[in-house]
Amino acid sequence: MSSIWPALRTRRFLLSSWPWRSLLYMVTTVIVAAPVAAVSWLLALPWLVTLSDLRNGQLPHYHNYLLMVVSVVVLALFGPLVAVPLAAIERRRLGLLDPREVRSAHRPAPSDPIAWLRLRYSEAATWRELLYGLLFTLVVPVVYGVLVVITGIELALLTAPLFAVGSSAIQLGSMTIDTPGEAAIASVIGLVLIPPLAYLGGGVAAAQAAAARALLGDNDRTSGALREVARSRARLVDAFEAERRRIQRDLHDGAQHQLTSLTLQLGMARLDLPAGSPAAEPLNRAHDQAKDLMVMLRDIVHGIRPQVLGDLGLMPALRELADRAPLPVMVIAPDVVTRPPEHVETTAWFVASEALGNVTKHAAAQHAEVRVIWDGEDLILEVRDDGAGGADPTAGSGLTGLADRVAAAGGRLLLASPPGGGTLVRVELPCR
Amino acid sequence: MPVRVVLAEDGVLLREGLAGLLGRFDFSVVAAVGDAVALVSAVAATTPDLVITDIRMPPEHTDDGLRAAVQLRTSQPSLPVVVLSQYVQEEYASTLLDTGTGRGVGYLLKDRVVDVEDFVAALRSVAAGGTVIDPEVVRRLLNRSRDPLSRLSARETEVLALIAEGHSNSAIAGRLFVSEAAVGKHVGNILSKLDLPPAEDTNRRVLAVLAYLRSDNPR
Repeated sequence: MSSIWPALRTRRFLLSSWPWRSLLYMVTTVIVAAPVAAVSWLLALPWLVTLSDLRNGQLPHYHNYLLMVVSVVVLALFGPLVAVPLAAIERRRLGLLDPREVRSAHRPAPSDPIAWLRLRYSEAATWRELLYGLLFTLVVPVVYGVLVVITGIELALLTAPLFAVGSSAIQLGSMTIDTPGEAAIASVIGLVLIPPLAYLGGGVAAAQAAAARALLGDNDRTSGALREVARSRARLVDAFEAERRRIQRDLHDGAQHQLTSLTLQLGMARLDLPAGSPAAEPLNRAHDQAKDLMVMLRDIVHGIRPQVLGDLGLMPALRELADRAPLPVMVIAPDVVTRPPEHVETTAWFVASEALGNVTKHAAAQHAEVRVIWDGEDLILEVRDDGAGGADPTAGSGLTGLADRVAAAGGRLLLASPPGGGTLVRVELPCR
Repeated sequence: MPVRVVLAEDGVLLREGLAGLLGRFDFSVVAAVGDAVALVSAVAATTPDLVITDIRMPPEHTDDGLRAAVQLRTSQPSLPVVVLSQYVQEEYASTLLDTGTGRGVGYLLKDRVVDVEDFVAALRSVAAGGTVIDPEVVRRLLNRSRDPLSRLSARETEVLALIAEGHSNSAIAGRLFVSEAAVGKHVGNILSKLDLPPAEDTNRRVLAVLAYLRSDNPR
């Protein structure tokens, strides 16, 4: 049996390991909950006082209102700091009763502490975990208290024959057990009550586990599906990227190399011809054609994925791109120590290349500028020109394709292109 | 006496092609190797008159050949070295020029080898202590260092003119009706476009103003 709910419905429940697992789960619950519960109850105290005042028909003292507000503020400010790690422990502990993995609904944690706080406090998952923390520390102890009392009575009944001898007696409510006969009956009742008690314990543990799974897990099916779609899109992009790299490598290491070698041979053959040979003219033509082909192939390979990008990284590749452009292009890029992830570099280069291509083709610009901002977290690339502006993403330009490509890398593309006011293409690519 | 050459190129076909070419033009290839490590030991073993090496080679397939060349030139500053590059990278050229006396070095695009006579002339020149830089590199450098002020946008030129008149950032902000932060950004761009890197010992604003005053048409 894989988890506690189906196990509860089987006949062999009592003979299985599940009652013992439930017991272990509950014992560890006490260990984990006790320190946190102390604080929770302290915060709940003003509310309990108010409740009891209202029940007695009197209005609470205004001090108490103040304390109620303070407790809520403290809870909201600091609660998540406790609830998030507590939830992490609870998700692992859930494995005692349910082997299905509980995935956290949190987004991946940024390393910067400020960014971490900002992200966590804005996530619904955090506040669900806080709610769990309150249930775990306020409701669970009450339920467990009842369970402990019942277990105490059960133990008393079972052990009655040991104690209800001679002058001593066991007092259970209004019932007194003081004869061996009564003690025997009591222990029989105790024996009969063991199975219901085991079911009760299992049920409480199962209910607690279900609450934990509901509040601590990632239950949003839609967002789960969307995430999966996003992941699969990212995988596809990666696969395309790998394919481009392979083609580039094959062309470079194979075709380009052979062609250079062939052209070299043709160049040497030219020199070996005697002056005035009828073969000179066709051989010269062949040599020139081979040289043209070298240029063409080099441009093709460069367009697929420039070698400088792989060898030296984005910033040198952008400078090279700028040098190749027919208009003056200023590159403002930091000298990086750590390079951005490969797919980010490739996407950014691709955007810069396409955007500069558009500048050359459509913008009639005098100058263009490529700027990179890279702080280790997000990479921002801006390409701007002083040309005609008025770029229309719906008019079948490459802009839509660019935006798709950027989106697949988890980033976004922004365009500002007022007629007559130049064009600015900005992409923001997350590197986490 | 033929020029004794050590040749390093990881592509077998091209290496053989080059060796054939060199042999035809009265060079003698004393060692032809396929990676940067072998290059260094071959040079130590044969003491050649000229080293020709590809930049991108094993073991790391990045700029291994260039690093080997720099290493060789550091221990033997007068050893003539020609490096062949797949693409133009000025840093490569300047790294090489910074070694030894800067003489007896060549930086050529790999594609140049097919223009056999020009290539051989370049090799002879380097072997004789000359310096050969690929025309493409020169073209790009010239392209880039045209009047640096032309790189500034209209607004940046305006800001620079006001700096030259001695205004502070906040005064400029007031005059142009923009925020002081915006002016700060313009100033940063100006300094960066004029190739004035952050440094503590020079006043970059002054250098920027000098560039402005030296240009043909200060407004």
